[in-house]
Amino acid sequence: MKKSVKILSVILALVIVLGCFAACGGSEEPKDEKKVLTMATNAEFPPYEFYEGETVVGIDAEVAALIAEKLGMELKIEDVAFDSIIPGVQAGKYDMGMAGMTVTEDRLKDVNFSDSYATGVQVVIVKEGGSIASLDDIAGKKIGVQTSTTGDIYASDEFGEENVIKYENGALAVEALKNGKVDCVIIDNEPAKSYVAANEGLVILETEYAIEDYAICFAKENTELQEQVNTALKELIADGSVQRVVDKYISAE
Amino acid sequence: MEWLTELIADIQFVFFEKDRYMQLVNGLLNTLKITAGALVIGVVIGILIAAIRTSFDKNKESMKLRGGVGYYILAILNGICKVYLTIVRGTPVVVQLMIAYFVIFASSDDGVMVGIIAFGFNSGAYVAEIFRAGIMSIDHGQFEAGRSLGFNYFQTMRFIVIPQMFKAVLPTLCNEFIALLKETSVAGYVGVIDLTKAGNVIAGRTFIYFIPLITVALIYLVMVMILSWLVGILERRLRKSDR
Repeated sequence: MKKSVKILSVILALVIVLGCFAACGGSEEPKDEKKVLTMATNAEFPPYEFYEGETVVGIDAEVAALIAEKLGMELKIEDVAFDSIIPGVQAGKYDMGMAGMTVTEDRLKDVNFSDSYATGVQVVIVKEGGSIASLDDIAGKKIGVQTSTTGDIYASDEFGEENVIKYENGALAVEALKNGKVDCVIIDNEPAKSYVAANEGLVILETEYAIEDYAICFAKENTELQEQVNTALKELIADGSVQRVVDKYISAE
Repeated sequence: MEWLTELIADIQFVFFEKDRYMQLVNGLLNTLKITAGALVIGVVIGILIAAIRTSFDKNKESMKLRGGVGYYILAILNGICKVYLTIVRGTPVVVQLMIAYFVIFASSDDGVMVGIIAFGFNSGAYVAEIFRAGIMSIDHGQFEAGRSLGFNYFQTMRFIVIPQMFKAVLPTLCNEFIALLKETSVAGYVGVIDLTKAGNVIAGRTFIYFIPLITVALIYLVMVMILSWLVGILERRLRKSDR
């Protein structure tokens, strides 16, 4: 018994040490070929960007690949901290930043944004005349969500895991709301409409919980690339390629 | 070696970023809470029902002859137990759990508590049949011997039949506890973050399914192994007096 514990702890120690080496080593040399489109992202934001094995995949990665194809460039994705995307783009280290980034006033001071290529709207369903009348009332209340949806992720991060009850699907979350087990349900706009239509006494709060109007950022002086990307995006949106990518990662369910 | 470093990086990402392993810990605690609570309720219900049903089966002739209301009370209780057993054993535990959460205890928002009650009532039916089988398997001569020694019905049960019965049913009872532990994995249906659900939640956020699912499986496996080991010890202790 004791011996096996010793062996096990040695193996564990080895694994941890190896893990550190793996984490510390291996930064890649940038390729010096021309026509490389470098995109900075932060691959911690599924379904927009995340790791599948060693490659970054997701809506942003695929849309960027489509854009690069249109421009006849080779896409290179750099995974960096979210906060260093904008400084890196400003410094010209990366050609563009694409990380499920919402256009805000503050960011517009530092960088230019492309047209939006994706929008997500999360709304709040409450009981009519219940204890929640606006978004400000949500804090401290019980929130029902569908497991692993963006509503779940945002609410868990903002209001704490302990206040977020995760159900198998939206319908069960709404059922729990009707029973008073949760005080509100945060869910995608489209299914929310049908739930409210089907259940009397439920309403959707007027203000959305979250609107994600995602766009690509560029350095202020790099208007040439911005225009090229915008043209490419327009075509890709028009022919439905962008929608297909979005549908692939976010099912209509 | 590459796959190993990759795996380690994945494990780091899956469990240690944003302290996600805490979700597994909390999930495990909920699983243990539900299992332990359900176990207690199940055993209590099981003993009650087994007692009612075996007393009825063993005594119905003599009580009928003696007359009086005792027979009818026992007959009614026996009937109620039979209905309970039929319903509980005839429906899936997930359905029972959801009915408990969304219909019977619709006003309660404590999923763990509802889980304990639902799984306890479910387990009670199976435990009752295990106990009943155990009591019936004890030779009737043992019972008669007790009565001849001057014990009344309950004393005979308490000192002669039940100790032997317990030893006989221990392996089957252990089976039921293992099944119960694993059945609690459906608690996620009612918004409880149990071990399985925690694994799913982590997988849903990291989009890596392999690591959390294998980890969850290993934790269940270890728990079941510990449980069987403990029951094994108990069995050996109880067998000491056999020779």
